[in-house]
Amino acid sequence: MNQLLVVVFDALTYSAWLFIIAVGLTLIYGVMKILNIAHGSLYALGAFSAVSLSSWWLAHGYPPMGTYAMLALAALLVGLIAGPLIERGLLQFLYEKDEVVLVLVTYALFLILEDLMKLVWGVDPLLLYEPYQLLGSIEIGGIGYQSFDLVLIAVAVLVGIGLAWVLNRTRSGKLLKAVIHDREMSAALGINVKFTYFLTFTVGAILAAVGGALTAPKISVVTGIGAEVIVLAFAVVVIGGLGSMGGAALGAIIVGLVRTIAVHYLPEVEVFSIYFVMAVVLIVRPKGLFSGAEVRRI
Amino acid sequence: MSRITHAAVAALATVVVSVLAPAPAQAVQKTTFRIGFVTFLSGPAAGPFGVPAKLAAEAIVESLNAGKGPAPYQVKGIGSLPIELVVVDEAGGGTKQVSEFRSLVERQNVDAVIGYIGSGDCLAIAPVAEELKMLTVLVDCGTPRVFEEASYKYVFRTRAHATMDAVAATLYLLDNRPAVKRITGINQNYAYGQDSWNDFEATIKTIRPDAEIISSQMPKFGAGQYGAEISALLSANPDVIHSSLWGGDLEAFMLQAQPRDLFKRAQLILVAGEPYLHRLPGKIPDGTIIGARGANGAFAPDSPIKRWLTELYKGKSGGLDPNYPAYSVANAFLGLKTAFEKAQRTKIGSAIPMGAAKNVKEEMEKAYAPANTEEAIASFENLVFDGPAGKVRMALGKGHQAVQGTAYGTTRLENGVIKLGNIKYYDADRVTPPEGVSSLDWIKSGFRKTK
Amino acid sequence: MKLDRTSVALLAVGAVLIAVGPVLPKWGVSLLNVSLCYGIVVLGMMLMMRTGLVSFGHGLYYCIGAYAGGLLDHYLKLPDMLLMVAGGALSAAVVATILGFLLAKYRDIFFAMLSLAFSMILYGLLTKSASLGSTDGFNVAAKSIAGVAVNGEGRQFAAYALTVALAAVCALLLNLYLRSHRGRLAEAIRDNELRVEYMGASVRNIVHLHYIMAATFAGIGGAMMSINIGHIDPEMTYWPQSGEFVFIGILSGTGSVFAPMLGALLFETIRSFAYEYSPNTWQMVLGITMLIVIVFLPGGLWSLFRQRRAP
Repeated sequence: MNQLLVVVFDALTYSAWLFIIAVGLTLIYGVMKILNIAHGSLYALGAFSAVSLSSWWLAHGYPPMGTYAMLALAALLVGLIAGPLIERGLLQFLYEKDEVVLVLVTYALFLILEDLMKLVWGVDPLLLYEPYQLLGSIEIGGIGYQSFDLVLIAVAVLVGIGLAWVLNRTRSGKLLKAVIHDREMSAALGINVKFTYFLTFTVGAILAAVGGALTAPKISVVTGIGAEVIVLAFAVVVIGGLGSMGGAALGAIIVGLVRTIAVHYLPEVEVFSIYFVMAVVLIVRPKGLFSGAEVRRI
Repeated sequence: MSRITHAAVAALATVVVSVLAPAPAQAVQKTTFRIGFVTFLSGPAAGPFGVPAKLAAEAIVESLNAGKGPAPYQVKGIGSLPIELVVVDEAGGGTKQVSEFRSLVERQNVDAVIGYIGSGDCLAIAPVAEELKMLTVLVDCGTPRVFEEASYKYVFRTRAHATMDAVAATLYLLDNRPAVKRITGINQNYAYGQDSWNDFEATIKTIRPDAEIISSQMPKFGAGQYGAEISALLSANPDVIHSSLWGGDLEAFMLQAQPRDLFKRAQLILVAGEPYLHRLPGKIPDGTIIGARGANGAFAPDSPIKRWLTELYKGKSGGLDPNYPAYSVANAFLGLKTAFEKAQRTKIGSAIPMGAAKNVKEEMEKAYAPANTEEAIASFENLVFDGPAGKVRMALGKGHQAVQGTAYGTTRLENGVIKLGNIKYYDADRVTPPEGVSSLDWIKSGFRKTK
Repeated sequence: MKLDRTSVALLAVGAVLIAVGPVLPKWGVSLLNVSLCYGIVVLGMMLMMRTGLVSFGHGLYYCIGAYAGGLLDHYLKLPDMLLMVAGGALSAAVVATILGFLLAKYRDIFFAMLSLAFSMILYGLLTKSASLGSTDGFNVAAKSIAGVAVNGEGRQFAAYALTVALAAVCALLLNLYLRSHRGRLAEAIRDNELRVEYMGASVRNIVHLHYIMAATFAGIGGAMMSINIGHIDPEMTYWPQSGEFVFIGILSGTGSVFAPMLGALLFETIRSFAYEYSPNTWQMVLGITMLIVIVFLPGGLWSLFRQRRAP
């Protein structure tokens, strides 16, 4: 029983982390049909900025609790600056390109941002461990955990509920769904598709940066962390069904569970468990778990 | 032919010609000693290994070129020729590195190559160095396979290989905590992590067959999230946790494991933990067994060469102490320098009686010309020279693979700084297999001294 | 059979390259070796792209080809260049035939991602195989060609000549195929599958066939690369390697079978010079190059030549 509890909680923390990163990716894909590799860079940017801002805060001797505000601020700043810059400065000129070409555009962007971050923050790993321990610890299944992991789960749930509420209950959310469903028709109906894209990309960028900022206290922030998460996030959204929020949640839970079970019972297979799940899901459900019927255009 | 094929042929020709044309002419008179220096400048190994290695290389070259080396390294540059570095990123894996190595040799006309931290890169480069007859000094890779699976004439490695890390760690562990029973580990799922664990597991099994070994956690390289691994380790309730994690992965693991009291009961061994002591005060628990993959860094006994390296490196890095990659780089440059200068001295020594010959001037010029690669290799083989961590003996791999002793110590937090206590040194002979025996066979044979 | 002009040009360029081999600077030979091996792989990417499919996991077959060749040397002690290339091609073709039954149903990003999953599973498996050197891989040394032992300079020239010959022959075969009736269907499938079905052709069979052909090219490229480089490791099936193939494919364009060779040569040249002259920012150089090509040369490099075509 205890063991089961431990596995479930481990899986939940991992899934929550995955979901926060993947949901932005799937949102951008759903609306804009761009599989954004630079999402990994935005995640890394969020982590780097979080370290810089929080270290600045701590260096001034302000109360440590304020670092949480700094994490949030860093994520917002990165999303609000980098998101619009990328969308207005580059992507908007390329929307008519092929989906695959757009993947390459974001790959090019990823390469450029990777070196830019190296120029700004250097290659030395940066540490910001204060926020991870401030909240103390809890015990689950006879094993100690940091309460910070609960925050991570809470944020993931809030993000999920928030997005679902906006999409289903608000006017702009419904307009967004219209754009997701049919870009041309929405434009013909007078929806400002351009603005929708701008907004979506910015929100997606903020979500990526939130993921990075919330991860920063648990890891050592160093160049290359973006590359590691982006492939994982891809796997999650593909399993769930590209463009589906619910799919991202389910995908994150499945990947989290499978990986955790592998770690606990078969550490040898952990390295490819995720891709194995991805292959199996795609074989059974070629377009992922949550995918609607598609119109065949003749 | 249609215009399109004309265009194709013309384009191909243009590209080929423009790419091939500016082949630099061979230097007639050597005025510098060009060294290709390959190290990680991007990716996760850049921060902990690659860039410290580069800083060390640059500082060492500046000092040697100025003739400010410690005894016996006061000759300027290499054999009075100033050293010039061509730095290349080691990123991209073995295949890319072979291409880069070829262009270093064939396009940049370097006189020697020093570098490589990744074991895969070292394995890939060695046969190409041999084919291109390029004197190559491997800096910091650990795999024993390089000289155990093949033998090379042009390739040298001036640091000891990784087997001694596992063997010495076990000896140290059992000396200090003879009663340990349940043993597990966490190592990255790539060649170095797997080898480290396999060597350690084999050593424990040989010395303490009654120990209970629980299979090691093998997170993916760069995983970052270790929550589940830590829970699994906690549930296993081990006496000992062995880890060869390094860089960002090690730091992330410690940040996540330490507050969860993983090390309250379990003895932690960090085989490659020494470079992180100054970065993680309070995060590495007291009593952790720490290694530096050789008697490097804090383990190195005081000597003029160590002081020289420390001072140089502090100047370049903004006050940091050199870590073990910096020590490895120093070994490589000092070894190469010694080999070339010794070869030149041998030449001059043997030329003097020739003074009676007819073409005195010619003979003397030839003798005083810088030593060539072949001559340097002859003096590099089985060379013994002084490095910042003591004597380096090129004793294995037919005189191409260095052996050095190693050391382990235990951590203790004092006034916010992690200090190392209870340091024990292990002679190279005790922790390194003899010539011609593979590391794993040697461990399983119960550390036999002969074949 | 009468050869068209592209084929004649291919044979001519191939012959010239082999003839000048001995006088080329060594690094030029290395550069051509690597570029042409990439070029062979990208020939397959080009065929897939013409069919409207892009694989993010084509490194799978590149790696299978290399390991198949490497294992011939490692275990069977048959280090013959031709055998290794044949082994690489065959292994890739066999695996592609099996996986193709599955993948031929997939399109767009799903095709790309399922390919990626397969390539990453192979990466995981190789990482776990200690006997194959795990992530460090192992060294390969081809010692003969068609049974004739070679070594030293002779070996280098033999490898170079074989690389050029394979590149020319692969490009020639693809060119002939693309001009055939079936080959012309590729672009029709990209434009509208349903119409092709109405014409009575099986889209799925054609996609499957093209997938096998592309994999075979990748297998040949991988095996030849392992002969040229002398070392193989699982990095060959890791996603950035596959990304590089897509990169070169887009850079080249699908206009002609010459394009992949030129694209690969340009890519390798930029990458290699960026490594040396801008070691800290080579990724940025590659990224900016890519953006420039996408923005200003939407049809790839090849569109540079096409514009000069008489109306």
